[in-house]
Amino acid sequence: MSRIVEVKGLTKVYGNFEAVKDVTFTIEANKIYGLLGRNGAGKTTIMHMITAQQFKTSGELKVFGEEPYENNRVLSQICFIKESQKYPDNYRVIDVLEVAAMFFPNWDQAFAHELIEEFRLPLKRRVKKLSRGMLSAVGIIVGLASRAPLTIFDEPYLGLDAVARELFYKRLIEDYAEHPRTVVLSTHLIDEVSQLLEHVMVIDQGKLILNEDTEVLRGRAISVGGTTSQVEEFIKGRNVIHREPFGGLLTATVMGVGSTDEKRRAESLGLTIAPVSLQQLIVHLTGGSVRKAGEA
Amino acid sequence: MISMDDSRPIFMQIAERIEDDIIETRLPEESQVPSTNQFATFYQINPATAAKGVNLLVDQGILYKKRGIGMFVATGARAQLVEKRKDQFYEQYVVAMMQEAEKLGITSEQLAEMIRTGRKGS
Repeated sequence: MSRIVEVKGLTKVYGNFEAVKDVTFTIEANKIYGLLGRNGAGKTTIMHMITAQQFKTSGELKVFGEEPYENNRVLSQICFIKESQKYPDNYRVIDVLEVAAMFFPNWDQAFAHELIEEFRLPLKRRVKKLSRGMLSAVGIIVGLASRAPLTIFDEPYLGLDAVARELFYKRLIEDYAEHPRTVVLSTHLIDEVSQLLEHVMVIDQGKLILNEDTEVLRGRAISVGGTTSQVEEFIKGRNVIHREPFGGLLTATVMGVGSTDEKRRAESLGLTIAPVSLQQLIVHLTGGSVRKAGEA
Repeated sequence: MISMDDSRPIFMQIAERIEDDIIETRLPEESQVPSTNQFATFYQINPATAAKGVNLLVDQGILYKKRGIGMFVATGARAQLVEKRKDQFYEQYVVAMMQEAEKLGITSEQLAEMIRTGRKGS
């Protein structure tokens, strides 16, 4: 099966607040997806519906080809690591691993113990006595060692320092290369994860505003700077996603100026051209200043 | 972690790094190139992206595949790459240099003199 998740017109309403609005996408097998967006954009709600922890209001939702609700065939293939995973009060780290070993059919206990050492977790300590970062590390270890066909990490790094995050990325990409599976990473640390992602979905105010292969997005936007009148002239009719005026100068971020000819034309007009990183691109797209050229 | 430039497609950057290794003979002709997974792990990039970079060079005849063994540098790859880079050299460095020189009012003669002496002209 190549389609792991199929979502069509998915909507979630709380009272009169639409948290997820008519979202349509598919998640294909054995790719790493980034589910990106600002806090409160609706990412977690979408993941909760995929993993059957919340009901949808309307729309279609299929996971491994079936409805996920109370469906063990589907749920046994999913590992969902939440931002603040709760464990029973008396559990020690080693108990979490043992339960996970029973729950996940592809669980690799040796790998889990390797990771425990690398993240320097005390096996016998009670989970509730762990620091915030250590608790996040427990989730990451369960997520990696589960080798679940669909593994979802929802902001898994609260309290994790840069060294531990780096270790997570490294082990994730290594293990994924050896054991391909479908991974969804939800995060706002776009700069850190972007090179791990094959595909990017950006959620903004409940809507899916970008759904594209990561490599296609890189280099698709450029920023053009110069005097306001020169820049306005060049960006006329183009898809402008951001404007930054500065005195009599203007810097505009424009989508779709790909060709060398166009860049040369801008340079010949005396404009300064600079590349735009994926993070900047997404920040501009979700920053609320999306305007077409010509609109004031 | 070796960071990639996030504003350009990473598969192109991977291809360029392999090209550099071939030009500087760190990867001699007929030697084996690391696997896609090795590239992915080393640079911490998605394996599909690494594969795309390697395949770009396969399409250009720089690398070739030995079935069941792996990827190798083709004979003649280095000469082919050096030619390609010479064309790019003019576009990338010479044109940019002349534009900057013009902006600063450096004449062609002064520029030529700087290159000859390898020092700042007077």
